[in-house]
Amino acid sequence: MANEILRMTVEGFAVRQVLVAEKLDIRAEYYLGITVDREAKSVVLIISDAGGMDIEQIAAHQPQRVRRFTLAGGDGPRSNTLEQWLSVLFTDQVLLDQVVSIVQNIHRFFRDKDCSLVEVNPLALTAGSRLIAADAKIVFDDNALWRHPDIARLRNEQEYTQDELQAKDAGLSFVSLSGEIGCMVNGAGLAMATIDGIKLAGGSAANFLDVGGSSSPGKVLSAMRILLGNTRLKVILVNIFGGITRCDDVAQGILAARQRLGIPVPMVIRLVGTNEQQARDMLRRGLPDAQDAAGGPKADLIVASEMTEAIREAVNLAKKGGGA
Amino acid sequence: MSILVDEETRVIVQGITGRDGSFHTEAMLQYGTRVVAGVTPGKGGRMVGAVPVFDTVRQAVKETGAPCSVLFVPAAHAPDAIREAADGGISLVVCITEGIPVLDMVDLYDELKRKQVQLVGPNCPGVISPGKCKVGIMPGHIHAQGPVGVISRSGTLTYEVVRGLTSRKMGQSTCVGIGGDPIIGTSFVDLLEMFENDDQTEAIVMIGEIGGQAEEEAASFIKTSVHKRVVAFISGRTAPPGKRMGHAGAIISGRTGGAEAKVKALREAGVAVVDTPDQIPDAL
Repeated sequence: MANEILRMTVEGFAVRQVLVAEKLDIRAEYYLGITVDREAKSVVLIISDAGGMDIEQIAAHQPQRVRRFTLAGGDGPRSNTLEQWLSVLFTDQVLLDQVVSIVQNIHRFFRDKDCSLVEVNPLALTAGSRLIAADAKIVFDDNALWRHPDIARLRNEQEYTQDELQAKDAGLSFVSLSGEIGCMVNGAGLAMATIDGIKLAGGSAANFLDVGGSSSPGKVLSAMRILLGNTRLKVILVNIFGGITRCDDVAQGILAARQRLGIPVPMVIRLVGTNEQQARDMLRRGLPDAQDAAGGPKADLIVASEMTEAIREAVNLAKKGGGA
Repeated sequence: MSILVDEETRVIVQGITGRDGSFHTEAMLQYGTRVVAGVTPGKGGRMVGAVPVFDTVRQAVKETGAPCSVLFVPAAHAPDAIREAADGGISLVVCITEGIPVLDMVDLYDELKRKQVQLVGPNCPGVISPGKCKVGIMPGHIHAQGPVGVISRSGTLTYEVVRGLTSRKMGQSTCVGIGGDPIIGTSFVDLLEMFENDDQTEAIVMIGEIGGQAEEEAASFIKTSVHKRVVAFISGRTAPPGKRMGHAGAIISGRTGGAEAKVKALREAGVAVVDTPDQIPDAL
C-alpha cells in the first residue's frame, strides 16, 4: 500500500515519503492555534470546538464558535488564566489539565523558535480521553532564521522548483506564474502592480520577480537567466524605478545577458530614476554589438519611459507571437 | 504645514557609519534635511562629513535636542536601536531596516505605545515633506511641494505614484512609506487622521496591497472621520492565492486579506479606487 502511495502525484507534487500514524478513535475535534495578529499587534491563542476541515467557514459564519485570547509578554499567561479561558471548551478537569499544558508548551515553542504560526487542527479527543495533535502546521519567521540554525537546517529543497531555487541563491524574490510575459521589476509593490497592469491590458505574466534594492549587474544577469529558462516565455518586460537601484547597473546587466545568453524574445525596457540617462545611452550604444554577438535571431527591443506604455507594448508583442 | 517632519526637524542618523547610513546621510543633507548627529556605538567622536558621531542616542539628543531619528542599523540590532532611541528621548523613529523578526516587533510595539514614541516602519522608505525635509531613502528629486498627502505600504511603487503626481503639477504635503512588514509602528489610520488635520493637505493618496486588514480598517476610519478626498490604489489584485499560512490569518478576521474585499470596503467609504497607478492624478 505504501508503494502505491509512493507512485502517486498529489496536486502536482510527487509523493516522496509516507507517514505512518496510529489510527485514532476520535470522539471530538478541536482547533488550537497560536499566531501573530497583525491588526492587534500581538500574539493570540485561537481555540474552537469546531476543529477539522471547515474551520475557516465556521470562523466566517459562526464566529461565536471561535475564541481568541491575547498572549501578552514572552512568558504568556499563568496556568489559572489559561484554565479559565479553556474551561469554556473543556469542562472535564482531566482534559482541562491536559490542554492547559499543551497550550503552555506550544506557546513556549512558538516564542523560543520565532514561529509565526503553530496550528493543531484537529486536536483530537480519543475514546481513551486523551488529547492528541492529529495534524499540525508550523510556520517559522524567515527573518529570524539566522538565530535558529536548527530550524534553518530543516529546509527541504525538494519543495522548491528549479527556478525558485536559482532565484533564492541569487538573492531574488521569485514566484512562477502561468503566463507568457517574463517580468523583472524592483520592489514587491511595483512588481505586483506591473503584473496587475499586464492582466488589465489583456496579457498574462509568466512570473513575479523582485530584483530587490541594490541590484548589481550580476543580479540582473541571474534574473535574466531565470526568465529565459521558462519555455512559455514570449516577451521580457523590465520595469525599474531607480532609487537605491541604479538604472545603469540594470542596463549593464541586460547588455551582459544579451551578450552571454542571447535573448531570443522581444524585450521592453522601462528604466526611470537614478542614472536613467546613462542607462538609456548605454542601451543605445550597446545594442547592435549585443545583437551580433548573441548570434541568435534578431530580437526587438523597445525602450519605454512610462509604465503603462511599457506594459501595452509587452502585451502587444506577446500577442504577435514570437517566443522561445 | 505638513505632517511628522518639516524644515525645523533636527534628525539623528542611527548607524551613520555604515555603507547605507553614510550614503543616505549625504543624500538627506543635500536635500536640505537638518541632520545634526549620528550614532554608532564605539565610534563616538568621529565625523561623517560635517556630522558629529556619538556613542549613544542619549548623548546625541543631549547635545543636539533632536526629536527624530532614522535607522540604518542591521536587522539583528535594530530592535535594540529602536528601544535605545525611545529611551534616549526621541519621539519620532523612522526605521528603514528590513528583515526584523516579527516577534521582536510585537514586543516593541507595546513598549513604544507606552512611551508615546511614534515609529514609522520598519522596512520602509521613510518620510518626506517635499521642499522641507527628507528622512529616508526615497529619491528626493521626484517630489514637489504641494497639497497631496501620500501614504503607502510599498517603496518603488510609491516613487512611481509620486513621479506621476509631480509630472502633473500635483505637489505633495508629506509622503510616508509605512512599511511592508506584518507589524508596523504607524498605520494608514494614524496618518489619515494626521492628514485630515493638516491644513496644507487637501487630498490623500493611499497605496495598499494584498494581505492583512489595514486597508479595511482605513476604510472604516475614512467613512466616519475623513472629509478630504481620498484616492486609493491596491496592488496584487491579480495575484494568485499565496502559499497558505494555515487557517489562522483568515480565522482572525473571518476574511482573507484579498484585494477585492479591500477595494469594496474603500469604495463603500467613498474612496476613489483606481485600476492603475497612472490614473491617480485624474482621480484627484
